[in-house]
Amino acid sequence: MESKQSVMILAEIRSQQVHDLTWEMLTWGRKLADKLGVQVDCVVLGIEQGNFQELIHWGADRVLAVTNGRPDGILATPAARLLVEIIRAEQPGIVIAPATTFGRTIMPITAARLATGLTADCTELDIDPKDNLLLQTRPAIGGNIMATIKTARTKPQMATVRPRSIKPDGFDHTRQGEVMIKQYDTANAWPETLLSFRHNEENDINLENADLVVAGGKGMKSKENYQQLEELAVLLGAGLGATRDAVEAGWAPFARQVGLTGKTVSPKVYIAAGVSGKIQHLAGILTSEYIIAINEDADSQIFKVADLGIIGDAPTVVTQLIQALKDLKTDGKEH
Amino acid sequence: MKIIVLIKQVPGTANTRMNPETGVMIRDAGETILNPLDEHAVTEAVMIKKKHPGTEVIALTMGPPSAQKVLREACARGADRGILLSDKAFGGSDTLVTSRVLAAAIRKIGDTNLILAGEKATDGETGQTGPMTAALLDMPVLTFVHRLEVNDMHIIARRMVEDGIEEIKADLPALVTVVKDINNPPLPTIKGYILAKKQKFPVWGPVDLALEDGTMGLKGSPTRVVKIFTPKLSRQTTFYTADTKEQLPGAAEAIIKVLKSRSLTEKGDRYGV
Ligand SMILES: Cc1cc2nc3c(=O)[nH]c(=O)nc-3n(C[C@H](O)[C@H](O)[C@H](O)COP(=O)(O)OP(=O)(O)OC[C@H]3O[C@@H](n4cnc5c(N)ncnc54)[C@H](O)[C@@H]3O)c2cc1C
Ligand SMILES: Cc1cc2nc3c(=O)[nH]c(=O)nc-3n(C[C@H](O)[C@H](O)[C@H](O)COP(=O)(O)OP(=O)(O)OC[C@H]3O[C@@H](n4cnc5c(N)ncnc54)[C@H](O)[C@@H]3O)c2cc1C
Repeated sequence: MESKQSVMILAEIRSQQVHDLTWEMLTWGRKLADKLGVQVDCVVLGIEQGNFQELIHWGADRVLAVTNGRPDGILATPAARLLVEIIRAEQPGIVIAPATTFGRTIMPITAARLATGLTADCTELDIDPKDNLLLQTRPAIGGNIMATIKTARTKPQMATVRPRSIKPDGFDHTRQGEVMIKQYDTANAWPETLLSFRHNEENDINLENADLVVAGGKGMKSKENYQQLEELAVLLGAGLGATRDAVEAGWAPFARQVGLTGKTVSPKVYIAAGVSGKIQHLAGILTSEYIIAINEDADSQIFKVADLGIIGDAPTVVTQLIQALKDLKTDGKEH
Repeated sequence: MKIIVLIKQVPGTANTRMNPETGVMIRDAGETILNPLDEHAVTEAVMIKKKHPGTEVIALTMGPPSAQKVLREACARGADRGILLSDKAFGGSDTLVTSRVLAAAIRKIGDTNLILAGEKATDGETGQTGPMTAALLDMPVLTFVHRLEVNDMHIIARRMVEDGIEEIKADLPALVTVVKDINNPPLPTIKGYILAKKQKFPVWGPVDLALEDGTMGLKGSPTRVVKIFTPKLSRQTTFYTADTKEQLPGAAEAIIKVLKSRSLTEKGDRYGV
């Protein structure tokens, strides 16, 4: 076995299964490990079965399934204890996890127990060639500044990484690796019980993790028009967002508010219909990859951050877009 | 019951402007507010107090002397008292050290049943302080909570996670981090402000908390910011005018082209579904 400190990746677990988001984590892990000449360990917490070979194909040298042998859903406190145990046993140099409700809860508990540093919600990771330390870059203050952070004096160097900060890459079905099941006792460490779990409705897409977000502001003019955006979102499988003014008008529940006092989104494409682009709204969308804005005012601030600007009546353009997408689907079926 | 609410002073947002060249938010120096989610945490504590007479709500903050202001606001919103953790030695603390100082103060206060915190603060935005503080105090932590029920021995909390709502029961003492949906903070009353004005807040430093040199501030922090830069808003806007009926199909097409190039037109296996 290599004596060099590995790069450890935490698999995303949802509903007792490894989530595909793990592929992105493995892509980051492979990139860093190859620069350092070390191996990638993928840690799966709380479940013993799954398509672990697939994780090897996506870049893991070893899959370490770590459990406490209990059937209960994996909850933060015991899961973090398992992670602490496996880190103590394996002594990785770097530990990275997705910046999801799962990773953002388990990682800080773990880092505090190990008295090491943790960088939140990174969008870029690299190795400093001068000292082989992890360079962790993250947005802060609503995406208005980027900070690069190092953990120089303690080990492991820990970071959570924002979903969709890298494209899954490097799948190789011939890659060989090892799967190991490890059990640790977390008895007396179980002050939590899962009582129930209610799955979201199928169309209830989580805004913060959506690849595509459609959002409306006061320029949609009425609640009925805003509801058209809902139709568009369902058609596209997109998350639905709103400005604060649209929420205050009663067109959308607060859960849909995007911005400084609402949610931060970072989709591949953000469509803003009838949104003025006030700074507090922009604070929630600046890390979007591509922004499409529909606004009747050519001087609107939203166009300053847009990649594609449609100057026109937002409700009309949205209606047209829905029709065009429907045509596209029926066309597709006919061929 | 004794409830501690962790609150943070953050730069204000009401008077922010954008630097048109860099797209950076300019905040008026000096203007600070109570972190918005902490308003919800304080409100929740006060609501619990109403249901459990005899409950004491203590607001706790680490920050510069000016952070008294957010303690006063918490008291105006119904907290019974506040404690300020302030010393030059605390400056530049990362989340681990912030949590270390908070945990030491919570131990000193003693016999706490419940700790409430915001899910994240609007400036550092790590969301790490709550879970780290809980870990250092060796108590369970429930994050992203939007409904909370408190009994004498335990709590039942609903967590908003990506694919649904988790309902969890945990023994007390426990730490809970709240999201915005948990309640609607009312405006503080004039009476609240008058009462809060009279409050004096004790200030605790390293000696009071028995924290050793080298474990605090920048010196004690394992993470170090080595570079800060502003992301470039290098967006080159392509414009399309959709003023007339004839121009409309082209506008829709331009949007669909972008979605197609990113394989987003077909409802597929999206993350978060
Ligand atoms: C402390 C604080 C926190 C805040 N937090 C948030 C937040 O989290 N999220 C948020 O969104 N806001 C927030 N705001 C509010 C923010 O400042 C703006 O008021 C809000 O974003 C504006 O919403 P809007 O774009 O829907 O409305 P408006 O600013 O009224 O803009 C409407 C836009 O629609 C355009 N329009 C009008 N008619 C049409 C038409 N027929 N077709 C096309 N376009 C049309 C107009 O040109 C205009 O650009 C916050 C404010 C403060 C002070
Ligand atoms: C640009 C930038 C990036 C940073 N990145 C990191 C990083 O990746 N990792 C890291 O460890 N540190 C980081 N820091 C340092 C971090 O911001 C501070 O440690 C800060 O004191 C707490 O972090 P936060 O703002 O992220 O709070 P959060 O953890 O987001 O706050 C959550 C809740 O914790 C409570 N809380 C937070 N701070 C206090 C306080 N001082 N007193 C009482 N209660 C409090 C409040 O209830 C608050 O709602 C960064 C700082 C900057 C300026």
